[in-house]
Amino acid sequence: MTVSILKQRDYLIASVQSDLTDTEVIELRDALLSEVAKHRARGVIVDVGALDVIDSFVSRSLSTVARTNQLRGAKTVVVGIQPDVAVAMSQFGLRLDAVETALDLEAGLQLLDG
Amino acid sequence: MSEKVSSPATSADHGPNDDAALLRELVAHLRKNRSALREEWSRRITDAALLSVMTPDEIFSEVTAVYDNYVDALETGSVEALEAYAKNLSERIIPRGVETHEVLGVVLLLRDVLARSLFEKYQRDTELLNRILDAYEPAANRIAVTVGVSFVQERERVIRQQQLAIRELSTPVLKVRDQLLILPIIGALDTGRARQLTEQLLHGIRENRAKVVVIDITGVPSIDIAVANHLVQAVRASGLMGARVIITGLSAGIAQTLVNLGVDLSMMQSVGDLQGGIEEAERQLSYAVTRTPEAPRDREA
Amino acid sequence: MTNEARVQIESDADTVIARQQGRVTALRIGLSRTDATFVATAISEIARNITVHAGRGEIVIREINDSGRTGIVVIARDEGPGISDVEAVLRHDYISEAGLGIGLWGAQRLMDEVVVTSELGKGTTVTMTKWCGADQVGALLNEV
Repeated sequence: MTVSILKQRDYLIASVQSDLTDTEVIELRDALLSEVAKHRARGVIVDVGALDVIDSFVSRSLSTVARTNQLRGAKTVVVGIQPDVAVAMSQFGLRLDAVETALDLEAGLQLLDG
Repeated sequence: MSEKVSSPATSADHGPNDDAALLRELVAHLRKNRSALREEWSRRITDAALLSVMTPDEIFSEVTAVYDNYVDALETGSVEALEAYAKNLSERIIPRGVETHEVLGVVLLLRDVLARSLFEKYQRDTELLNRILDAYEPAANRIAVTVGVSFVQERERVIRQQQLAIRELSTPVLKVRDQLLILPIIGALDTGRARQLTEQLLHGIRENRAKVVVIDITGVPSIDIAVANHLVQAVRASGLMGARVIITGLSAGIAQTLVNLGVDLSMMQSVGDLQGGIEEAERQLSYAVTRTPEAPRDREA
Repeated sequence: MTNEARVQIESDADTVIARQQGRVTALRIGLSRTDATFVATAISEIARNITVHAGRGEIVIREINDSGRTGIVVIARDEGPGISDVEAVLRHDYISEAGLGIGLWGAQRLMDEVVVTSELGKGTTVTMTKWCGADQVGALLNEV
């Protein structure tokens, strides 16, 4: 499985292990949505440090998760975006709606705690 | 020693086949007299005090390789092999301190040595000499340019690398305190520098785990659309890595440029001067207080 | 002497291969890591257009040389339904449509040149190019 989802306190932490196909992105999205509901998580951290490319589909999927989570009163934080990927996303004009971003897992937890 | 020239030397009508035959003849001549001509060239290099950083043995072996490549290039009309050799040679001799004028000088000396040899051989027949030179000159000039350009390109690459190192030293990203970085930019910005600054900034955010960055552009006189684009990207990319950006020293002129370029200024927080920017950054950081179970001390107002 | 990689696009797994190949080639010709990411991202978008709209196609990734500059060209071909109004799509008129528009828009932002030829019912070819030298300093960062 290319993504692991762990529970920590009332947060979920999803770590992407490698480059994802679109199918795997959909699986991740669906898994996050169902796990958040199941555990009534207050926050989700998605660690995308292993992604060499974040394109429009990944952005859209992350935003979908975030918007849905918002309706459930949960925050979504994306962490670990690589510098090159950040520049590419900025050049492309991709935005992560409803998503908060932090540097890494630790910063993400601080954000959720704060 | 006289050679029989088989082509119709006295005929005024010359087609490309004759030129090809002439080229073959002159290449044969250059190969036949290889030792003598190479030696003469070597001697003239030393007389002109060129390539003084190289030992005589080194000069001799390079001279041999260049001579053979030169004649091959004349024969085939292709400078590819010569180009590859010139690039390789440049990589080796530039660190030794060989300069552009030396390389050009050496190549032109070879051209002259070979030309004189042709003069000597064909001097009795002006008509034929002219035709031989017509065949030789463009090829020889092209070769000289190829070698010269290869050398200059390699030099330029080395210089750029050095400039890069200097740039990195002169535009540091400063860690002021935990989670706060300052990037003071001084001087004119071009696209190259802007890209480099963006990379340094993002790596600085990662290494220092910065949450706020103050970019001070007091020292930047003006920016164009490409640089403005890079600035916007730097702000966005920093955000994606969890760092907010405060711009300070934004002159009225640059602000106007950004507005005219359609840049959304609301995405950038702007504060008048660097000091004000740092204070604002500290304020923002003190709101995001760390509250971990192991470290109860957190109130630092 | 052409250095060329061909990737058959038949599923989204092939998209990953294509963009990784794009990155490898981009780095090999001396583009910076950032530019290589631009190329990989553009390929990801264009490959998706193929799988979503045409079902299958092919992506060719090639190193090119033109008057002394080196670059990478990506040619994405499919025999899908084609695009009726290429200009409109490139102008990003379909701004809210999560389809062809986004992908080609992204490719235009990330690559130096993007050319789209398409015929309804016959197929589409997207040719995109990125040149070295635009960021020579960045490329040198890789070597240092």
